[in-house]
Amino acid sequence: MTPHFKTVLFTRKVIEFRRIFHKPLTGDNAFKILTATFASTIFLIIGLMVYELIEGSRLSIQKFGLEFLINSKWDPAISQVFGALPLILGTLVTSLIALLIGVPISIGVGLALSEYMPKRLGFAISFLVELLAAVPSVIYGLWGIFTLIPFLRNHVYPYLQAMFGFISLFSGPIYGGGVLTGGIILAIMIIPTISAVSRDVFSVVPDAQREAMIAIGATKWETSLTVMSYARSGVIGAIILGLGRAVGETMAITMVIGNKFQVLPTSLFDAWYTMAAIIANEFTEATYDLYVSALIEVGLVLFLVTLIINVLARLIVWRSLRLVRGIARE
Amino acid sequence: MDVYIIRKIKDKLTRVLICLALLTALIPLFTILGEVTLKGISSININFLTHSTPTVGEANGGVANAIQGTLITVGLASAIGVPIGIMSGIFLSEFSEHKLSLAVRFFNDVLNGFPSIVIGIFGYTLVVLSVGFSVIAAAFALSIIMIPIVTKTTEEALKLVPATIREAAIALGIPKWKTIVTVVLSGAKKGIATGSLLSLARIAGESAPVLITMGYWRWWFAGLDKPAANLALNIYIFAISPFEGWKALAWGSSLVLIVLILSINVAVRVFTREKYK
Repeated sequence: MTPHFKTVLFTRKVIEFRRIFHKPLTGDNAFKILTATFASTIFLIIGLMVYELIEGSRLSIQKFGLEFLINSKWDPAISQVFGALPLILGTLVTSLIALLIGVPISIGVGLALSEYMPKRLGFAISFLVELLAAVPSVIYGLWGIFTLIPFLRNHVYPYLQAMFGFISLFSGPIYGGGVLTGGIILAIMIIPTISAVSRDVFSVVPDAQREAMIAIGATKWETSLTVMSYARSGVIGAIILGLGRAVGETMAITMVIGNKFQVLPTSLFDAWYTMAAIIANEFTEATYDLYVSALIEVGLVLFLVTLIINVLARLIVWRSLRLVRGIARE
Repeated sequence: MDVYIIRKIKDKLTRVLICLALLTALIPLFTILGEVTLKGISSININFLTHSTPTVGEANGGVANAIQGTLITVGLASAIGVPIGIMSGIFLSEFSEHKLSLAVRFFNDVLNGFPSIVIGIFGYTLVVLSVGFSVIAAAFALSIIMIPIVTKTTEEALKLVPATIREAAIALGIPKWKTIVTVVLSGAKKGIATGSLLSLARIAGESAPVLITMGYWRWWFAGLDKPAANLALNIYIFAISPFEGWKALAWGSSLVLIVLILSINVAVRVFTREKYK
């Protein structure tokens, strides 16, 4: 009698509890919770990544503090002092060179694909451009070492030096690999990203804009100018996205930049180093904890830089796509 | 009249410039394909495909162990990354009004832009420090590269399934979750397969995170908690080595890898274009 009574009481309490605190667990709800759990792993991954990077670089952060960012000595062998300033500079400068070369070409490609080409041909060519993005970084590096570097060393750099040698940027010995070569290979690698995104933002510009320009007798180029100014913020987002790619690029740049740790190279032909390259080069050879920690801290800096760049780019691209689409709908 | 001519000239000039831009962008693709094919084809033979990495100076050696290692690592990474990606994609597309989904979508895009080397370091601190340089660690890092790609493509594929199909299923009294699992998913399975294959092609070519989580290994597969050889990583190691034989292997490996990756890309693109036209 008693146990039975107790069971009933308990069941009632459970039912009451569920009625108050829970929705009934139907298949739909269960499925929603299940997929939401999987989707939430993204927060877990990014959170853990931040935690692990900070934890992994704790030794180095404790030892060097903020000096790490402004110190320009990297000496794992004797004094065990690490500073990342040259790496940060190298990363930024090569990425900026990549943007200088890559952006005009990418915008040209984006315009060609959305404005100048007939639809079907545009399809075929954007397919080729996307293939360019699928080629692995390490194959770009291989091609860089054995094709691009000899070509630049024998057929381009001597002429550049002969023409602009009086500027110190173009003076000095020519090795083939170096800052400019790094910038060129990064440019090649970010062109697919920037041109694909700018093609997308160009093609959502409402036709009314083009029609209005054509109606007042504008040339194709003048129409394109309007399209570009309409899609301006989207293109800026695309460029920042490309910058993010360039900053984080590892294998190809490691193979062509020459990997020389120095504050400033003497010229564009001189070798240099980037954050990603030093991690790839020295990580498996780092022999003691502080060394590994310093390399992880380089990774942390790289992470933060790309985080800022990516968040910025995504926000701009999202906003401009929504803005343009919103106006198109009205 | 003068202004008119100047405008005409400007128009013609920019046309030429835009064609030039297109040409410059595509030249690397063709020279890479040409170079890899020319130099790679001469080093591919039976030995290349059946032997493992040679020691220095040894004559006949190949990359069979690297092909094996790459397949195992990529397979394991897919086993982790693809289910998570597909489930997240389902959430984003089917519960897009949920307050979580905007944040998930945003962070997914952000994760997609992270450098693979940073993800490699993540794999190092999380897995390598406890297990050691291993296939598991590499697969973990590579799966994190996969997740955002699979999530995004799954979401897109599910959104392409017409609403009328869902409505029809719901009108028959099928609960929403069953509708999604049976009707919507099967309608989008080609798109989902596309996304998974594309992400697979992407991680097959990754070498920076593999270098950090697996290390270089010259021998045959020895267990999931041990390193394994890897095609993409081999290209890097062979390319910077001073031995001519290894350089030839680098070109051969590149040809194998590029044929694999580009054929996956071409196949899925051709495949899906037919479907959605």
